[in-house]
Amino acid sequence: MKTGDRTARAPVLAVRRLPSAGVRCRVQITGAVMSNANDNLALPQPTGWLDRIINAIVNWLADIGAVTVNAVTAVGSVAIFTLRTVSWLLTRLPRKETLLPNFYQVGVRSLPVVALTGTFIGMVLAVQSYAQFAGLGLETRLGGMINITLVTELGPVLAGTMLAGRVGSAMAAELGTMRVTEQIDALSSMGSNPYHYLVVPRLLACLCLIPALTAVANFMGVVGGAYYSIVILDIDTFHYWYNSQSFVGLYDLFSGLFKSLFFGAAIAILGCHRGFHCDPGAEGVGRAATQAFVYAFVVIIVMDLFLGIALINIYDMIWPEETSLI
Amino acid sequence: MSATDQDQALIDIESLCVRFGRHAVLHDIDVRVPRGQTLAVIGESGCGKTVLMKSIIGLVRPQSGVVRFDGQDLARLGDKELTRQRVRFGFVFQGAALFDSMTVAQNVAFPLRQHSHKPVEKVHEIVLARLAEVGLPPSVVARKPAELSGGMRKRVGLARALSLEPEVILYDEPTTGLDPIMSDVINELIIRTRNHRPVTSIVVTHDMRTAMKVADRVVMLYPLTRLEEDESQIIYDGPPEDMEGSSDPRVAQFVKGEAGARLEEIQAGEGD
Repeated sequence: MKTGDRTARAPVLAVRRLPSAGVRCRVQITGAVMSNANDNLALPQPTGWLDRIINAIVNWLADIGAVTVNAVTAVGSVAIFTLRTVSWLLTRLPRKETLLPNFYQVGVRSLPVVALTGTFIGMVLAVQSYAQFAGLGLETRLGGMINITLVTELGPVLAGTMLAGRVGSAMAAELGTMRVTEQIDALSSMGSNPYHYLVVPRLLACLCLIPALTAVANFMGVVGGAYYSIVILDIDTFHYWYNSQSFVGLYDLFSGLFKSLFFGAAIAILGCHRGFHCDPGAEGVGRAATQAFVYAFVVIIVMDLFLGIALINIYDMIWPEETSLI
Repeated sequence: MSATDQDQALIDIESLCVRFGRHAVLHDIDVRVPRGQTLAVIGESGCGKTVLMKSIIGLVRPQSGVVRFDGQDLARLGDKELTRQRVRFGFVFQGAALFDSMTVAQNVAFPLRQHSHKPVEKVHEIVLARLAEVGLPPSVVARKPAELSGGMRKRVGLARALSLEPEVILYDEPTTGLDPIMSDVINELIIRTRNHRPVTSIVVTHDMRTAMKVADRVVMLYPLTRLEEDESQIIYDGPPEDMEGSSDPRVAQFVKGEAGARLEEIQAGEGD
């Protein structure tokens, strides 16, 4: 290699800032002279301590910029995905043969695991709170506490989490594999819209069935909590149910089911979105499945908080005098 | 359109540029495909052949340039109209892209069920006819794509592409990954399909035997990264017979399968 020639002719190394904050800087090496021309690679090395601090701050700002740009891009991409799906949902309903398998997968196949977790969480609530309540002599109030926790929070969140793990990541893996093996392209090339054919049925299945699954989780939780409290902890049956009845209103039941609708939408949209934007290869599909669950779970928890606040405020507006639990 | 009917090509690609992020794949491509022609697009892996094919059917959106199909700019069509135009195409994918949740019969019947309201018996009849056309026995209909060999999958892919009797068939690497005998079967099927139907075909391939055998015209693309500035990305456009005698050494090397300059690059890299 004629190192001298090349270095004299063209810039061996070009470092420049790019407009996108996603890439901090690009190092361009023209000509394969890396190994024996190291001395010529004049990277602007920071000399004094002031330069170093400035460099560190610049890098830190660039990192923040990159994170921000990525976050905004991701949110924008999900928003466009949602809009497209909703526009297809409103224009044309999918056919029965695409809808039913999804309903079966989301509803029937998820039923056992949702029912099981619901039962156990009801019993766990009884186990954990009995000592505290018994210490105050309020063990019959357990019914109210367990059941209100179940119908407003744990039922919908647990059903949502189970669905995100069982169905959301499966959607991402399935659609991701379809993307990688060009099946989604094949669908478009045959004049079918992938949003209409793949996403809308999955969204509808989640939206329609998550309230039902939440109701099952609620019911099984109530049964599990009651079984442990009444049969094992020997709490008075009449007072257990009496307190439940006076604390838990229809509004609480409704607020749990209402929240679950948002969870279902998030699971389907995020699962399908990750699948549609899957990177090639087995690793890409695996990552899509993991991301689908993690994103859906985080979104469920965050939405749960804000929807919870909103629903309590609405309750206070409608019935301002009835706010106390005890 | 100012052009008269005679010189209006069925597919007209005009100064097409496609880039993914910062990575430019196609630059300033001009190709006109008249009705009834069989065009082979050749070139080494990664030169943008498949991207060109996907932009013809609107699966890849170009950064600039126009793709006209039958006089209509595909990029300007709405979703519904684009769907209507896409039905006029049949796309045979590299890996066949069969829906693996469905049986062979359901795969071939898929476009029919989506776009026509034929009774079940009629659909089944068409499916069997299409499968027979590509030389597959009726016994395969109940099998899943995963149970088929590569050659069978490709043929089912072709049968599916034929099911709506398209005007244009796009073949993406139809013989890649197949043994020489099966490759020749696929080549024969491409020729037979053209002889039996009034179709325009575009075959993307790096198999010279396919290009020589099936094509009326060959277009050779060259990877943008190794092109001099201001040089056209299309380095050959003409009949397949004239390729070997081409004045461009890169074309002749591709035809003969010689590494040529690429080998020198690799050896130069080792010498460092």
